Amino acid sequence: MDGHGHGAVTVTDAAPAPGAGLRAAARIVAAPDGRGGTALPVLEGAGPFALRRPRSYGHEARVALVGAMSAPLGGDRLALAADVGAGAALCFTTTAATIALPGRTGAPATYDTRLTVGDGGSLRWLPEPLISARGSDLRQTTHVELAATACLVLREEQVLGRAGESTGRLTTRLTVRRAGRPLLDQELSYGPGAPGGWDGGAVLGGHRAVGQLLVVHPAFEGGQVSPRALGPTAALTPLAGPAVVVSALAPDALALRKVLDSALSQLNAVIRAF
Amino acid sequence: MTATTDVADVADVAVGAAGRAALLVLADGRFPAGGHAHSGGAEAAVKAGRVTDVPSLEAFCRGRLHTAGLAAAALAAAAAAGADPLELDEAADARTPSLALRAAARRLGRQMMRAARATWPSPALDTLASARPRGAHQPVVLGLAARAAGLGPLDAAYAAAYEAVSGPATAVVRLLSLDPFHATAVLARLAPELDVVAVAGAEAGRRASDEGLDVLPAPSAPLLDITAEQHAAWPVRLFAT
Amino acid sequence: MHLDHPTTYPHRHTYGAASPLRPDGTRRALRIGLGGPVGSGKTATVAALCRALREEVSIAVVTNDIYTREDAEFLLRQAVLPPERITAVETGACPHTAIRDDISANLEAVEDLEDGTGPLDLVLVESGGDNLTATFSKGLVDAQIFVIDVAGGDDIPRKGGPGVTTADLLVVNKTDLAPYVGADLAGMARDAKAQRGDLPVAFTSLAAEDGVAPVRDWVRERLAAWTATATAP
Repeated sequence: MDGHGHGAVTVTDAAPAPGAGLRAAARIVAAPDGRGGTALPVLEGAGPFALRRPRSYGHEARVALVGAMSAPLGGDRLALAADVGAGAALCFTTTAATIALPGRTGAPATYDTRLTVGDGGSLRWLPEPLISARGSDLRQTTHVELAATACLVLREEQVLGRAGESTGRLTTRLTVRRAGRPLLDQELSYGPGAPGGWDGGAVLGGHRAVGQLLVVHPAFEGGQVSPRALGPTAALTPLAGPAVVVSALAPDALALRKVLDSALSQLNAVIRAF
Repeated sequence: MTATTDVADVADVAVGAAGRAALLVLADGRFPAGGHAHSGGAEAAVKAGRVTDVPSLEAFCRGRLHTAGLAAAALAAAAAAGADPLELDEAADARTPSLALRAAARRLGRQMMRAARATWPSPALDTLASARPRGAHQPVVLGLAARAAGLGPLDAAYAAAYEAVSGPATAVVRLLSLDPFHATAVLARLAPELDVVAVAGAEAGRRASDEGLDVLPAPSAPLLDITAEQHAAWPVRLFAT
Repeated sequence: MHLDHPTTYPHRHTYGAASPLRPDGTRRALRIGLGGPVGSGKTATVAALCRALREEVSIAVVTNDIYTREDAEFLLRQAVLPPERITAVETGACPHTAIRDDISANLEAVEDLEDGTGPLDLVLVESGGDNLTATFSKGLVDAQIFVIDVAGGDDIPRKGGPGVTTADLLVVNKTDLAPYVGADLAGMARDAKAQRGDLPVAFTSLAAEDGVAPVRDWVRERLAAWTATATAP
C-alpha cells in the first residue's frame, strides 16, 4: 500500500475472476488536509463498492459504502483497504447489511479488508452486519495495523441466516496488530462444513447474531477498565494492551446492536474522561 | 529412544526424540500441574443450562476442541518445534481476549512450569521461568515441557488438544453427577477429531517455527470468552475457571 | 533425554518443602498443614493460632475451600491477620487433591505470600473439610495437624485412617461438648494412643479462655526446632 493516493494502485477492474466470480476492490486514503481537518486523497471503488462522502463533522472525514449490487456471491473476491495517515481521522459506515449469497459454482467467496492507522490517527470502522445467507460460503479477513498512538473503534457483526433461514458457511478472521505486535487475533467459523461443535454450548449455543466491538485508545492503557458482564451473553474485557473488546451473542441483529451500542457509549465516556 | 536435541529431529511433526511413554506421563490427568481445579468453562455452561446431559456435554467438548483446543495445540506444537516462547506468549495473549482466561492460562502455565522443571529439567524451561516469573501461557509451557521430555510437536499438540476436552468432561462428572462411563465415552467418540486437531495444530506449529507466528490459527469461541468473565465474578464456585 | 543440559542450575525453584531455603538463600517459613473432617474446627483453630502467635511470629494463611473462598472470608471477617496475609486456593471440588496429589497451586500460594509480605516465620495451610483419609503431601508442609471433634463421634480415633494415625499432632476439639454428646474422652485418648503410639494428642475447647494453648505450645516447639535446623550450617 503506497499510502499517497496518486491513483496508481487501483484494482477496480470488476472483471470475472477465475471460477466465474467477481473481482473487485475499493480503497480509501485519509490524510490531514493541512487546515485541521481530514482529506480523502483516494476514494475509489468499483463493482459492488460505491463509496460516498457524507458531510463530515469537525476533524473527522466520513465515508459510506453503498452496496451497488448483490455481493459477495460465491466465487467473488472482494478487497477493501483504508489507510488513515498520521494525524488523520476517518469514520467508515455502510448503508446496508452485507449479504453473503450462494454463487453458481459453489466456490467460496473472499472478502479481505486491510486497515492501517498512523500515529495520532483515528479510525472508526462501523459497518452494518454481515449476513450469511443459506447456501453461501464466505471467507472474510480483516487485518488492522495500528501505529503505537493510533486510535480505533471497530465493530464486527455477523448474522447467521436471514430471517427464518438456516445459516451459510462463514469464516471470519480479525487480526489486529499495534506497533508491530499482535493485539487481537480471532477467527470465527460457523455453518455447514465448519469444524464441529460451532453451535454447541462452548461457541454459539444456538445464538444467531454474534459481534465484537474493539476500542483501542490510550485511555485503556494499564487496565483502567475492569472486565464485566453485559447481560447473560455479552462481556467487556481489557486486552493485553491499551484496548478493550466487547464480545456479544444475541438472538438477532437488533438485540446485538443494542448491546454493542450501550457498551460503546460506556467506553466513550471513559475516553472523554481521559 | 535416541538421545538427541537436534532441532531437525525435535521439529519433526511425526516423531519426537522420545517414545510414547513420555507423552503418557505428560498427558496424564494426574500430572500435578493444577488442571484439576479448572472446568474449562463447563461450570458456567452447566449453570447457564447449556450443558445438561451427555449430548450437550459432547457438543460443548467438540466446540471447545476445535477452538480453544486447536489454538492451544498449535501454540504447544510451535513451542515444541523451537519457536520463540516469548513471542508465542504474546501470540497467546492476542488469541485470548478474556482477561480471566489470560490470568488462568498464566496461572496454569506457572504450575505446569513447576511440575515440568521438577520432572524434565531443562535450560529452556529455566529461561522462560526467569522471563515470566508470574507464568507464561500454559500451552507454551506445555510445548517446552514436551520438548524437554524429548517429545515432538505432534506429541505436544496431542497433549494440549486432549486436555482441552478431558478437563471439562471430568468437571461435568462432578458438576452434574454424570455417569463417568458416559463422560469417558464422549472422549472416545471425540478421538477421531482429536487426531485431526492434533495433526493440524502440529502442522501449524511446525510452520510457525519456520515462517513466523502469523500462520498459527486463532479459532475462538465467543461463549467461552463471555462466560469466563461472568464465572470469574461468581462469589461461590467449585472450579477456578 | 537431552544430553546437552548442564547437571546443575544456578537458579532452582523450590519444588516442594524439601528445601528449607528460598531461592534467594534466606530461610523460608515453617509450613504447617491443618486437615480434618468438615466442621471439626479447623478454621477456628487457625484463627485462634493466629491470635495467639501473631505478636511473636510473622504468620500467613492459605485456605483450601470446596467452595472457593469461604474459609478465607471467615478469617478476614475475624480480622485475625491483615488481608494480604490470607490467600484462598481453588480446589475444583477436590480439596484433598490440592493438598496431596497436585500441590502446585498451594506451593504457588505459599511462595506468593512469602514474596508479597516479606519474611514469614509460619504459614498455616488449611485443608478444605474432607474425609478421614486426607493428608498433606510432605512436598507441601513440614508438619501436619489433624483436627477432629468429640461431636463427630468418639469412635473416630479407634477407626484410625491416615489423618488420625500419622498426623504430627492430633487435635480432639470441642471437649466442652463431650457431656452433651455422650463422648468418652478417656476412651478417645486410649484409642488415639493405640493408633498413634508416641505421637502427641491435644484435647481442646476453643470456646474456653486460651483454649488453643496446647496447639499453640506444640507449634512453638516446631518453630523453635525449625529455626534451629534451618539456621544450622
